[in-house]
Amino acid sequence: MSNKMHVKLNVNGEDHEFLAEPRELLIYALREKLNITGPHVGCETSHCGACTVTMNGKSVKSCTVFVAQANGAEVTTIEGLGNPDALHVLQENFKEHHGLQCGFCTPGMITRAAKLLEENPNPTEADVRFGIAGNICRCTGYQNIVKSILSAASEMNAAKEAAQ
Amino acid sequence: MIPAAFEYYRPTDMAGVIALLKEHGDDARVIAGGHSLIPMMKLRMAEVPHLIDLQAIEGLNGISIAGGTVKIGAMITQHEIINSAELEKAAPIMKEAALQIADPQVRYMGTIGGNVANGDPGNDMPGLMQCLNAQFHLVGSDGDRVVDARDFYEAAYMTDREDDEVLIAVSFAAPIGGFAYEKQKRKIGDYATAAAAVQISKEGGKVGAASIAMTNLSDTPIWSEAAGAALIGTACDEASVKAAVTAMLSDIDPTEDNRGPVAFKRHAAGIVLGRAIARAWSRA
Ligand SMILES: Cc1cc2nc3c(=O)[nH]c(=O)nc-3n(C[C@H](O)[C@H](O)[C@H](O)COP(=O)(O)OP(=O)(O)OC[C@H]3O[C@@H](n4cnc5c(N)ncnc54)[C@H](O)[C@@H]3O)c2cc1C
Ligand code: FES
Ligand code: FES
Repeated sequence: MSNKMHVKLNVNGEDHEFLAEPRELLIYALREKLNITGPHVGCETSHCGACTVTMNGKSVKSCTVFVAQANGAEVTTIEGLGNPDALHVLQENFKEHHGLQCGFCTPGMITRAAKLLEENPNPTEADVRFGIAGNICRCTGYQNIVKSILSAASEMNAAKEAAQ
Repeated sequence: MIPAAFEYYRPTDMAGVIALLKEHGDDARVIAGGHSLIPMMKLRMAEVPHLIDLQAIEGLNGISIAGGTVKIGAMITQHEIINSAELEKAAPIMKEAALQIADPQVRYMGTIGGNVANGDPGNDMPGLMQCLNAQFHLVGSDGDRVVDARDFYEAAYMTDREDDEVLIAVSFAAPIGGFAYEKQKRKIGDYATAAAAVQISKEGGKVGAASIAMTNLSDTPIWSEAAGAALIGTACDEASVKAAVTAMLSDIDPTEDNRGPVAFKRHAAGIVLGRAIARAWSRA
């Protein structure tokens, strides 16, 4: 029963079409079919958040979504937030404040943080910690991750004010 | 972790869902947020040859509050429960409990329908629904029916729902008085070691009504009528709280697992219930 289905995904603004078995996990479709390797596989058991992407406006663990469920969805990964020539404010701040060490958790962490700041542009430290509770980091002890996100928030707010 | 292959369906109306369920019997299951079902399928503890996605069905995505009755569509997520100002006003215990479920990513996907239909004793919403004396609205090939949350759970993963029935909504009377959902867990994202849902109303300085339900302390949620009764008419003083805890302890039946031995779970159950009663009373 290897019944492949036609899947359409819009990833980071680009339309993709491919054949996949319905049971394929979204993370593998992204990484292996579309070569979008920012989202990582950390645990594959819905616990670590390394595979976090934004799907139809929600932060989701892409290891816990069948590609069939995602069919027709809009997905944003870390690649859609910034690139080496034009870093996202969060990426700038993670760099500035040592918000990463090995970097394995970072794409999921930043993708989650971007959604968090979109929903709550003025988070307290507690809001940030609660908001990234689904993302595990084995290296940093979180201190600098929280610092990076708070600093990115105030930079984004300052930029918004300056624009008004 | 690759689940067994399945046929995927995304019907656009409930008649389509019911027809598929009827055709494939227990080879078919619906999927809502997938955050209980997919992990089970990945572990091959669940095999679902025919998977029916509810995401395109209309009418399962509303929260309505009218005439003192709260009705929540099955596909409403924990994230939506947390962010509904209207629901927070009518039944603030829903938000307090939802915030203690899993983590942000899981809450964007996990639905109330999936949480209550799943039948996992670890799920937090079933106990809460029993505390609120909620009703579950089911549709199936033999028509619609309504079941009390307090009559729905039979054993772990066994409920009163028939294989060809879909839960479309939960409803309950907007609670009055003070509330608390108190949960002891090992870490964020963990299921409860012990959890308590409490609603208490105050009349003339005394407890007028009290409803108490416990989570993950038996193979079903436990609504402890005796625990609530122990508080009624009292000033919620130390002795009555102790009586309520004692009554609750004779209704639960925890088993030893990686969250601890039975004695520890009973201890934790007493602690969370004591805290929940105190907080609910302070808000009554
Ligand atoms: C890391 C992690 C931590 C978690 N922690 C908690 C926690 O602390 N507390 C907690 O309560 N939950 C927890 N969960 C579970 C989560 O809340 C689930 O999402 C929820 O229990 C099920 O909702 P769902 O929409 O994902 O259901 P699904 O996984 O889609 O479905 C679950 C079951 O219910 C059935 N079903 C779903 N919808 C319906 C319906 N409308 N009618 C009939 N049957 C239906 C399905 O067929 C399936 O058997 C956790 C999950 C994860 C991955
Ligand atoms: S890889 Fe998805 S949560 Fe860890
Ligand atoms: S930087 Fe290594 S896991 Fe987070």
